[in-house]
Amino acid sequence: MNVRTRALLSTAILLAGATAASADCGIEAGRVSIVGNEFPAIQTVASGAAACATDAVEVKANLTADHQKINVAGMSASPPEYTSAIIANSSIVALMNEDVIRPLDDLVAEYGQDLSPTQLITIDGKVMAVAFMANAQHLIYREDVLEQIGMDVPKSYEDVLAAAEKIRAEGIMEHPLSGAYMAGWNLAQEFVNMYLGQGGEFFAPGSAEVTVNNAAGVAALETMKALSEYMNPDYLTHDSNAAAAEWEAGNVALMNFWGSRTAVLQDAEGSTPEVFENTKVSGPLMVGDSGVPATTLWWDGFTVAKNASDEDAAATFRALVNGISPDILNAETMGQAVWMIDGYEPAPVAAGVFATIQSGAKPYPMLPYQGLLHTALGNNIADYLQGNESAEQSLADVEAAYTAAAKEQGFLN
Amino acid sequence: MKHKTFLWFVLPSGVAMFLFIALPIVSVLIQSVYAPHEQVVIEVENCGPFGCTKATSIDQAATAALREAEPLGRFVGDDIYTNRNHLAFAEIATLWAGAESLGMFWSQLLNLPFYGALAFTLTYTFVVTPGAIILGFLIALSVNAIPRVFRGPTIFFSLLPMIVTPLIGALILFWMIDARGILGTALQAIAGDPTLSVKASTPLTWIMLMVYGIWSSAPFAFVVYYAGLQTVPQDTLESAMIDGASRWERIRYVVLPHLLPLTTFMALIKIMDNFRVFEPIVSFNAAAHAQSLSYFIYSDLGGETRLLSSAAATSVLTILGVAILLSPVLVRTWKSFGKA
Repeated sequence: MNVRTRALLSTAILLAGATAASADCGIEAGRVSIVGNEFPAIQTVASGAAACATDAVEVKANLTADHQKINVAGMSASPPEYTSAIIANSSIVALMNEDVIRPLDDLVAEYGQDLSPTQLITIDGKVMAVAFMANAQHLIYREDVLEQIGMDVPKSYEDVLAAAEKIRAEGIMEHPLSGAYMAGWNLAQEFVNMYLGQGGEFFAPGSAEVTVNNAAGVAALETMKALSEYMNPDYLTHDSNAAAAEWEAGNVALMNFWGSRTAVLQDAEGSTPEVFENTKVSGPLMVGDSGVPATTLWWDGFTVAKNASDEDAAATFRALVNGISPDILNAETMGQAVWMIDGYEPAPVAAGVFATIQSGAKPYPMLPYQGLLHTALGNNIADYLQGNESAEQSLADVEAAYTAAAKEQGFLN
Repeated sequence: MKHKTFLWFVLPSGVAMFLFIALPIVSVLIQSVYAPHEQVVIEVENCGPFGCTKATSIDQAATAALREAEPLGRFVGDDIYTNRNHLAFAEIATLWAGAESLGMFWSQLLNLPFYGALAFTLTYTFVVTPGAIILGFLIALSVNAIPRVFRGPTIFFSLLPMIVTPLIGALILFWMIDARGILGTALQAIAGDPTLSVKASTPLTWIMLMVYGIWSSAPFAFVVYYAGLQTVPQDTLESAMIDGASRWERIRYVVLPHLLPLTTFMALIKIMDNFRVFEPIVSFNAAAHAQSLSYFIYSDLGGETRLLSSAAATSVLTILGVAILLSPVLVRTWKSFGKA
């Protein structure tokens, strides 16, 4: 499905939600305007919020993959264009840095009785967001291919490399591995996973001094390069969508992939039974001997704009609470995400995310300067993977690019 | 035209250009010499579904006071222009002192983001500008030579690359050039190398971007030249024929001199456009192989933390780059204007 049909579909779902479900959310008046990323679970939440629309309550949603480019600007004005941004633990930082979201403690006390305490994201003791789903990258594998080569499900990247070599040696697949390795955000995210798995720390404790040019960083890059030898040569242009297409085409047997996007690989659309029936999920992969899985934990949640009037803020909060209420769960939405909602019954596809949560994986760091490091990583480590320079040189470039940006932003002197 | 009439004539566009071009450039200039305040960072405890972690956060109350005192941010002068992510003067000095050979210095210089991007941007500008102009001229000559009946449809098809939305045109080529696409497979067959991948190789990616650049901008040159060809004086052409000039000689000595002002005009426009190359890099997912100054602005503004001052400094450097590139053509135009 291409972007445009998906956008149309999401609009259709929103409209259907607005007309079909006439849930009385008890909101007298107000304006609700949501901006967020675009994938099935968020579409479900937005349509749940849209069900609160009445003559006096306007509810609209702008769901786009480019949400991070517009949410800060759209929430800065007074009154703001967006009264709520749906964000994840990485992207809430940008909203916190710019001070555009408000503490939700009063709204939680008044309207949030049904929320569970684990859903509340508190920063320095104040509730700043309400989470509704968990996400993580974990292994997915082709059961038939592993049976063919007679190997168990890999537990570590070392196992993955051994399996990939065997698959290639036996002539089953030329490029048995894949992943979201597109230069930029995706590639940086794979490094973050691998570096945490090697036991690395991004910053000197309590400071914005970057510390990635070390043995753990080099080891992380070397593992990524070893993996890339078994990937389609175009891997630096593959984002999650392209990696999913490679998988559905049956070209790939093992990859580290987002839990929220796995259900699509197991449905019949766009794939042959040989592929989708044999697509199975497993837990996170380990690397080296640090004991920390090479992945990060994520939540998605909603925030409320600081500049929204009290009436709009209350309307937004109540509409979104309705959007994440147990009523939205049905046969179709149950498999869209690992919901943090009462009455959620995990589908088999969610086992990967649950295994990741239980494995002691770290959440993606919520630091004001993490985004700067992520950008520096995304712009620099492709040079090493292409063989243009050494791992140490790439990491030195990352540190230098980050330091210049952090000085500009006032995090370093 | 009287001076007063002329003034009234250009006033509306003058006002619009002042409001929408000059003022924003001034604001970008101001933005580039200011940076955000020193951030007051405090230790906090963050709690969520995965437990509590010690982290840091910006102390908004303290920062608000700083912002109140100096709404523009702190003045940093040329710090951002000279830092490593831009002109990198200090880094270049270190490289120069430490480099054993000119080749080593050169390769380390290109490893700095600004100079690496400049290398691609300049190569792109100096290949695509003449390429598109020459191709457009050849198309115009051919279309002008075919019977009148076929001209309409031919013109339409020749203009297609310009009619197709740049992003869509680039995406179509991107898919065709894929290792499993029709062009990618054809290249593998021609080269006899089944592992050949255009997207995985930096030189091939550069060539692909430039071919796309020429393909997408040749129609503009074609349209302008085709219009120009209709104004070539027939008398001169006929007398040249009577003197026994071949087709090539007629083009070389009659058509080309006649079209020279158009060529200058197109060179100006295309150098400006090509120096700001951006869409192909995004639509070909080519950031790993080729980056341009415009791509840096995009990356600065699209990251999780927006680098406004850095993007502003890159914008100013882009404007300076365009000015430097255009100066020979402008000086030339000015001189010929003086003569006339």
